[in-house]
Amino acid sequence: MDIQTTDFKRCTVLKTNGRIDGSNAPQLSQELKAIIANGVKNIVFDMTDVNFMASAGWWVLIDTQKTCKPGGELVLANIDQGIKDSLNLVGMGSYFKTFEDVTAAVGYF
Amino acid sequence: MPTKRFTCSLNNLEQICDYVTHYAVQAGLNDSEVYAVQLAVDEASTNIIEHGYGQECPSRIDITCDVQDDGLKVVIYDDAEPFNPESVPEPEVNVPLEDIKPRGLGMFLMRQMMDEVNYESNKAMGNTLTMVKHRTKRKVSK
Repeated sequence: MDIQTTDFKRCTVLKTNGRIDGSNAPQLSQELKAIIANGVKNIVFDMTDVNFMASAGWWVLIDTQKTCKPGGELVLANIDQGIKDSLNLVGMGSYFKTFEDVTAAVGYF
Repeated sequence: MPTKRFTCSLNNLEQICDYVTHYAVQAGLNDSEVYAVQLAVDEASTNIIEHGYGQECPSRIDITCDVQDDGLKVVIYDDAEPFNPESVPEPEVNVPLEDIKPRGLGMFLMRQMMDEVNYESNKAMGNTLTMVKHRTKRKVSK
């Protein structure tokens, strides 16, 4: 799993690609925890190139959101329609602000 | 009906997904239906590996894909400990963020994503999970 992070003035953007499932969700979790350990609680997850996310990935995002709030927030940018539909189906979509593109998500903070 | 054997490893989830995707597309499912099959099969396989076998091991997960007139039937066989699907608690959905607990979501998703979900277990055959996704009826242009 290739994960890149970019620091901005008021937030950090994390980007990865492909699928997130039980095999690599722990790695995503580690990366997000490392960002938070650096004192950053405003995080944009750039999902432009993520085409599949199983519930193992969602739990990582839920845990991260719980850690970031209050005082910070994890937001999702450019989320795939299939992932968005399944998140909404189980009522988890409401836990995250979503943005059409990364620029808008960074601008939110 | 093609059946493929996978060993019990989370690292095989992508191969499992690719395998069922091939037949989901062949069955004429649309993008959203294909995603539903991918997610349901991924959740089922993850449950077998993490909760059924309890660990990564050489044991089998056999997957049969049956392209039918109106969609796709996926059958997953394993030899893990049997379980009672009714014993899996329904996840609490639409609750405040701080109250949500990571449990029961895999089974819930399978039921939501697929049109039919049936689980059977016996000593001779092991566990058999059958899931069906129907193709949406589309207008045929003339």
